[in-house]
Amino acid sequence: MFFGWGILRGMNITLMNFFRSYTRKRGSGEIGALTTVQYPEERLPVKEKFRNFPFLIYDDKPEDLRCVACDICAQDCPPRCIYIVKDTDEAGKPMKKPAVFDIDFTVCMNCGICEEVCPFDAIFMDHEFEIADADRHDKLLYHRDDLLKTNEHFHKIRPNDGREVDARLAEAKEAKAKKDEARQKAAEAKAAAKAKAEAEQAKEGEPPEEKKETDAQ
Amino acid sequence: MFEKLRVKTKVIDSGASGLDTQTLEVNVGPQHPSTHGVFRMTMVLDGEVVKSLRPVMGYLHRNHEQIAENITYSASMPYTDRLDYFNSMSNNQAWAMTVEQLAEVEIPDRAEYIRVIMSELTRLVNHVSVIGFLLNDMGAFFTPTLFAFREREKILDVFEAVSGSRMMCNYLRFGGVNRDLTDEQLGQIKVIVADFPAFLDEFETLLAQNEIVCMRTQNVGVLPAELAINASVTGPMLRASGVNYDIRKVDQYSVYDRFEFKIPLGEKGDVYDRYYVRMLEMRESLKILNQALEQIEPGPFMAPKVPACLKNPRNFKPPVGEAYCRIEAPKGELGFYVVSDGSKEPWRYHVRAPSFINLTVLEAMCIGYKLADAIVILGSIDIVLGEVDR
Repeated sequence: MFFGWGILRGMNITLMNFFRSYTRKRGSGEIGALTTVQYPEERLPVKEKFRNFPFLIYDDKPEDLRCVACDICAQDCPPRCIYIVKDTDEAGKPMKKPAVFDIDFTVCMNCGICEEVCPFDAIFMDHEFEIADADRHDKLLYHRDDLLKTNEHFHKIRPNDGREVDARLAEAKEAKAKKDEARQKAAEAKAAAKAKAEAEQAKEGEPPEEKKETDAQ
Repeated sequence: MFEKLRVKTKVIDSGASGLDTQTLEVNVGPQHPSTHGVFRMTMVLDGEVVKSLRPVMGYLHRNHEQIAENITYSASMPYTDRLDYFNSMSNNQAWAMTVEQLAEVEIPDRAEYIRVIMSELTRLVNHVSVIGFLLNDMGAFFTPTLFAFREREKILDVFEAVSGSRMMCNYLRFGGVNRDLTDEQLGQIKVIVADFPAFLDEFETLLAQNEIVCMRTQNVGVLPAELAINASVTGPMLRASGVNYDIRKVDQYSVYDRFEFKIPLGEKGDVYDRYYVRMLEMRESLKILNQALEQIEPGPFMAPKVPACLKNPRNFKPPVGEAYCRIEAPKGELGFYVVSDGSKEPWRYHVRAPSFINLTVLEAMCIGYKLADAIVILGSIDIVLGEVDR
């Protein structure tokens, strides 16, 4: 072939792609079809497993969040961007909830390990990605109240995971209830046995008591 | 296949003209569009001809190895994503395999197949992007890159659906993978693999026979096989010089012994060979993917029986000892060396990064060629500064 044939063939490819971008349906996956969208107006659907920044989940009221401030996520976080302080009651006794729960989003690297290690299903990765801010210190340091989101939100962004987690929690709750019931029953039985024993003992001890009474009389 | 169009080029020596000349020292980078990151080359030029070249690196140094020595083994996994950020799945695989060797973990078949599928998809992602950028460096401004990115996007969509992140996948775990591939995702991968050859044909026709590309790349930056072996260059760069060395064949790690594929080799070791070997390697990757997608069977994706130390990955303490494990990453031999003293953190952690070691032959390849050729030669090495500087 003559010199320049390769260039012409290559240009033919770009030309074909140019025309195909008009004739082929956008997003159809065919060669030459457009794949881009006009971003802020048009958006591609976010994948369910997509992870960005973590949030804290609560069930009914923001006060009773699932987090028990066990500090596991803070210790396993690879860049150590989570900071937790346990809450205390009036007597100074530590309670099972965080007083401070800070995540520095400038440090967080979206790895999702906090979600993986949390034994209480209290922290999950969000789909929110438009959090850019000109301030690099205070605005991107998220505190406990900024991180709180409802379980409904979780179900909205990740329906399958939401169902799975809820089922798991319900099962754990049931198991706990059963265990509690069993324990209560055992305690009751123990108490009954004790009462019976005491009663028997009391029966045996009755005569001396009577005697005592008589003595007192 | 296309027959190569060889054009004779001459290296011009300005000293031969009898004129009184002076050399000039020029810095290319660290902020330069063709240096693929924050990489600097200090060149001594005589006219336009490179007389000496000193690579300067470390602008992206972030203490990767030291950080890994201060965190747990499993917490290192997301950090390995950031080594060679084009190929996070292969990096994950190398690290997971190293720790599995240390702790003697058996991995179920399905997990191995998922790893192979992911790592071959990663190879496709890497090779299309590096070819796109190489042609970009030669002045084919962004047409090939965007062609490549259009295909890459489809694979990244799969990565996102599977692992949650497009580039920083953090998908593999010691003993398997994080979550199973659904049938839907496998179908998606099958469609990509089925469509890919058509794209490769198009991509090849676009520039492989382009006369300007041939003139710019053929007989430029020749790397002799002996030098490549002596400098322990690996990957497509070594194979472009005609050395048949692929760790997938040599070590047959994972389940690579079950697939039939060939190792494409170059003849001369010039920039064109390095470009074309990558093109052919993608076709071989597609063969592997086709076979893997056919052979994969349902089963557990995590090892059901792991040693006691790995029961709880948070408190994973491997036995005292050392391990080195290497894989054929898209850029070459990626190895992790780890020494354990029985505690939660590795006592020593070292990365054998392919692009860092491939970079050592840069000067030998560039001397005698022009400044503009040095840019193309650098592009053909395929460096990622996240891995070079660590």
